[in-house]
Amino acid sequence: MAINFQQVNFSYGAGTSLEQPILFDITANFPTGQVTAVVGQTGSGKSTLIQHINGLLLPTEGQVTVADHHITANTKEKELMRIREKVGMVFQFPENQLFANTVLEDVMYGPINFGYSRSDAKNAAEIALKRLNVSETLWEKSPFELSGGQMRRIAIAGALASNPDIVVLDEPAAGLDPRGQQELLNLVIELKTLNKTVILISHQMDHVAQIADQVIVMHEGKVAAQEAPEQLFNRDIQWFTDMKLDLPKAGQFAEKLRQQDWQFEQRPLTIKALTDLINSRGTTHG
Amino acid sequence: MGNIMIGRFVPGKSVVHQLDPRTKIIGTFVFILLMLWANTWSTYLVAAIFVWFTILLTQQPLKMYIDGLKPIFWLLAFTIVLQIFFTGGTPVLLHFGFIKVTLPGVINALFVMFRFVLIILMSTIMTLTTPPTSIANALESLLKPLKSLKVPVAEMALMLSIALRFVPLLMDETQKIMNAQKSRGMSFSTGGPVKRAKAIVPLLIPLFVGALQRALDLANAMEVRGFKDAEHRTKYRILKYKKQDYQAFASLLLFSIIFFSVLYLI
Repeated sequence: MAINFQQVNFSYGAGTSLEQPILFDITANFPTGQVTAVVGQTGSGKSTLIQHINGLLLPTEGQVTVADHHITANTKEKELMRIREKVGMVFQFPENQLFANTVLEDVMYGPINFGYSRSDAKNAAEIALKRLNVSETLWEKSPFELSGGQMRRIAIAGALASNPDIVVLDEPAAGLDPRGQQELLNLVIELKTLNKTVILISHQMDHVAQIADQVIVMHEGKVAAQEAPEQLFNRDIQWFTDMKLDLPKAGQFAEKLRQQDWQFEQRPLTIKALTDLINSRGTTHG
Repeated sequence: MGNIMIGRFVPGKSVVHQLDPRTKIIGTFVFILLMLWANTWSTYLVAAIFVWFTILLTQQPLKMYIDGLKPIFWLLAFTIVLQIFFTGGTPVLLHFGFIKVTLPGVINALFVMFRFVLIILMSTIMTLTTPPTSIANALESLLKPLKSLKVPVAEMALMLSIALRFVPLLMDETQKIMNAQKSRGMSFSTGGPVKRAKAIVPLLIPLFVGALQRALDLANAMEVRGFKDAEHRTKYRILKYKKQDYQAFASLLLFSIIFFSVLYLI
């Protein structure tokens, strides 16, 4: 399911004296079966942007198209419910949304809201919990007795339980240990192989370089760039300073090498590309 | 959530902003007392002029104040209807079965409305120009005499300022949890009353868990920074009446004199 933003403007408190414009003339698309990373400094409008995808916020002007649904300023709650079933939304620190007596009940909450029967909801929840590698021994426990990392996985399972075609993740790796972060990236890759449309907000450019098919850069409420990571991360270094963005670690390292008079066309984006670069120099000059 | 104006502080540099918070609390309190006395057209006129001037002095757009009145609209409408329908007297203007609308009833309703509106406006002026923590500090200072009666004034003021500080945080938290549960298909607008009441559970439980967690974190943070009791803390902002406060008290006195002369002489 593809998503299209067409000239979307959004303001909080539109039409009042406290009107606060946040998004300006956003035109962007999120193709089916691809991972789109949304990056930008804090306050650039990333979170506001993604809340338009399932109609938590309605555009003040313009239109968001999710598959064959159109979201405008006047879209009704009933229509939005149909869209929300198709969009799994994982917010920052999603473990704060857990509430039920057992892990299984919590994950079943979404499917039941979307009209599944109890047994269907249970099946759906079990599939989601297995996908997130939540051990079966935890299913009947209270979510509040679990560790932070386990709670995070259960919350994500809750968002994925109704098998959405679109998955939105808002900094899902924040506060996880490196291993937990890698597990999450693997989940994103798995979702992509299932032909889901994945949208990932992240501050970690290494993650972006590793898994994104395209990157949308937000800056002061506008789309500053929408392109493939190879293109984006080869932009002029000054541009990154202006956008207050970092390069992936490998790219940063390569820039240090450039200052030592190393020459290269493409900035390496992964550790592997960086070691290849260093090795190639080693063979030619060594 | 952004449209609740009651109790909201808007920073500014106006004369009213710079007044000592105690001055504003006393002023508002005295004004409310006076309004309970007001029972003639001219007294309301005098009070309205006083409020109008104070609003001008705050240098905030009038719209802010009108927004402040919106949440109490229904309460106001309800009181007015009660007054109109259930005040006796003559002459009778209209009959609806056993209910009579009388001239004193209508006048009474108007008075009650003006009283409400003016009191709310005055309180809005105070909260709009005074940060909540300053209000808590001022209350602590004003209630100091109760200390001799063993009332834990300092602790209560600290609790109040912490509670006030947590209001925007909890509102924020509520919005976040609401978004998360809405994304999972929560809906407040469908189903019968029982179903709707049940729909709040997934919102309340995470909110309580979060609030308790925050409270624990705060208690720890206070303890590691050496908090023992509120009583013997020194203050960063020391309240001190300045020239403008005496001017404010003078105008309050002047207003009271005019108010009572109008009340008893006209």
